[in-house]
Amino acid sequence: MDNLFVICELENGKIADISLELLTKGRKLADQLGCEQEALIIGYKLKGLEKEAFDYGADAVWLADDVRLEHYTTLPYTSITVKLFRQEKPQVALLGATSFGRDLGPRVSSALSSGLTADCTALEIGEHTDKRAGKTYKNLLLQIRPAFGGNIIATIINPENKPQMATVREGVMKMEKCKKPRSGEVKKIDVDKFVKPEDFVVKVIERHMEESGVNLKGAPVIVSGGYGVGSKENFEMLYQFAELIGAEVGASRAAVDAGFAEHDRQIGQTGVTVRPKLYIACGISGQVQHIAGMQESAMVISVNNDPEAPINKIADYAIMGNVEDVIPKMIKYYKENSK
Amino acid sequence: MKNFKIIVLAKQVPDTRNVGKDAMKEDGTVNRAALPAIFNPEDLNALEQALRLKDKYPGSTVTILTMGPPRAAEIIREGLYRGADNGYLLTDRAFAGSDTLATSYALSRAIVKMGDFDFILAGRQAIDGDTAQVGPQVAEKLGVPQVTYAEEIVEIKKNKIVVKRRLEKGVETVESTFPLLITVTGTAPNCRPRNAKLIMKYKYATTISERQNVSEDYIFMYDDRPFLNLPEWNVGDIEAEPERLGLSGSPTKVKKVENVVFQAKEAKVLEADNQNIEWLMKELISNHTLG
Repeated sequence: MDNLFVICELENGKIADISLELLTKGRKLADQLGCEQEALIIGYKLKGLEKEAFDYGADAVWLADDVRLEHYTTLPYTSITVKLFRQEKPQVALLGATSFGRDLGPRVSSALSSGLTADCTALEIGEHTDKRAGKTYKNLLLQIRPAFGGNIIATIINPENKPQMATVREGVMKMEKCKKPRSGEVKKIDVDKFVKPEDFVVKVIERHMEESGVNLKGAPVIVSGGYGVGSKENFEMLYQFAELIGAEVGASRAAVDAGFAEHDRQIGQTGVTVRPKLYIACGISGQVQHIAGMQESAMVISVNNDPEAPINKIADYAIMGNVEDVIPKMIKYYKENSK
Repeated sequence: MKNFKIIVLAKQVPDTRNVGKDAMKEDGTVNRAALPAIFNPEDLNALEQALRLKDKYPGSTVTILTMGPPRAAEIIREGLYRGADNGYLLTDRAFAGSDTLATSYALSRAIVKMGDFDFILAGRQAIDGDTAQVGPQVAEKLGVPQVTYAEEIVEIKKNKIVVKRRLEKGVETVESTFPLLITVTGTAPNCRPRNAKLIMKYKYATTISERQNVSEDYIFMYDDRPFLNLPEWNVGDIEAEPERLGLSGSPTKVKKVENVVFQAKEAKVLEADNQNIEWLMKELISNHTLG
């Protein structure tokens, strides 16, 4: 009763990073709320996964392990989650804002008539006073998300309905093992009692998952290009420079839309959120949607010929020049000065 | 040959993709008046999928369902111009302030009222909220399965439909029975343009509220051509429970809204000369940011 649940998502038989990020954050929230954190893992051949959930801060792990659950489909996962929540009555339930969480979350919230906030970028615990009703709510989940195409930040609450549900964007929260190793109860769900045969009307007949070679989230240095890079050919320079300095190449939405870079390199509100130690923004003007995805970089260098570009406001160094002139110089002087 | 009853859920949204400086008011709220109202882009992708089914299975019908203020009838006409057969506008002050849950309740009540259907198609998400929640929430309330993130309806064989989904890291093909709700992503084909003949046909298609000011001389037109009558429904028409609508039916509340302000740093501005760039690269190497 009244615990915090993380609905975990699996990737290649392991708990996905986003779910570990949620468990890390959920641990802190549960401590603030004075409740326990429980992980729900649905899938097939789950043995051993509970350990990882404990490492990242779960107090208890629920396992629904069945061959029919090997690939995610909406209905059986919904049935299990809804029944478990009716039984356990969590106060908070978190999912990743991925195609998994954004498919399952609304279905569960609709069945339970509970509020769900999509795509949160921050979660806090706080209180709220409803002045009209003269009522104060303590220990609410404050669900913070960008809205209106990233132009405003809204704080959403669900004062009356439990569980307070939220999906959280991938990569915005840190993923960290607990300092003190934990272990807790593993609770097995009797799947046959939770699902109906008609839950299996949707069948996955083919899956082609590409392991993306791009690892923006883990890159310590990112060389990122915008529309101002000008062409796909000019983007090649960014790849050369990135390879030289051990960086990954990112892109703004405008550059992706223009066909300069692939979609999996997109940084920003509709792409990946990154926090490298150095972010080199080349020909990126700095729309709010882009800045939302990189503003926590430790250091930002902007290369732009427009002194008024908004990116300069958050940059540590703003180099006034064209990308195609500056990058070759950076390559040259890096080579000359590194061992 | 089979034919299908297809409902397309569509929303009129402010165009948040092209937000100018005047789009935000001083107090941090959105100045909706400064943003043009458009047919939600992914709902157009959904409409195209519906029209393709109709092309393939003649005799199928495509019906638009939209909820919004009276002016949202504009997007029903937009749908008719592109090939939809008819459309319903759900409008009532009691819907104001609805979150996704209350919206999905109202839409599901209207769909029940509309009768049997084979497919409900909707955009994955609307650009004003980006939540992607209403589609699945409607499906749950109607008790039908859902396929989200659809990019293509591959085929229909007997009583099964095959749909290709576009996920973050690849594609997945699923098969489902129907009735079924499908949400379509922006990677699906764009919607066909307006058709000149259909514009002529539906130019005067209006809801009853829009006809308030039409001169008596023209009213006969709507008796002669019933397809120009766009049905408009309110809370009573869909037999909804009022407490499940609007603010009272919305578990989520907005506590606070802030304008996005990024912490401005004191950027050191450098001219792009050799000396500066060499200094910067040396600096980055010596403090171990690079290398």
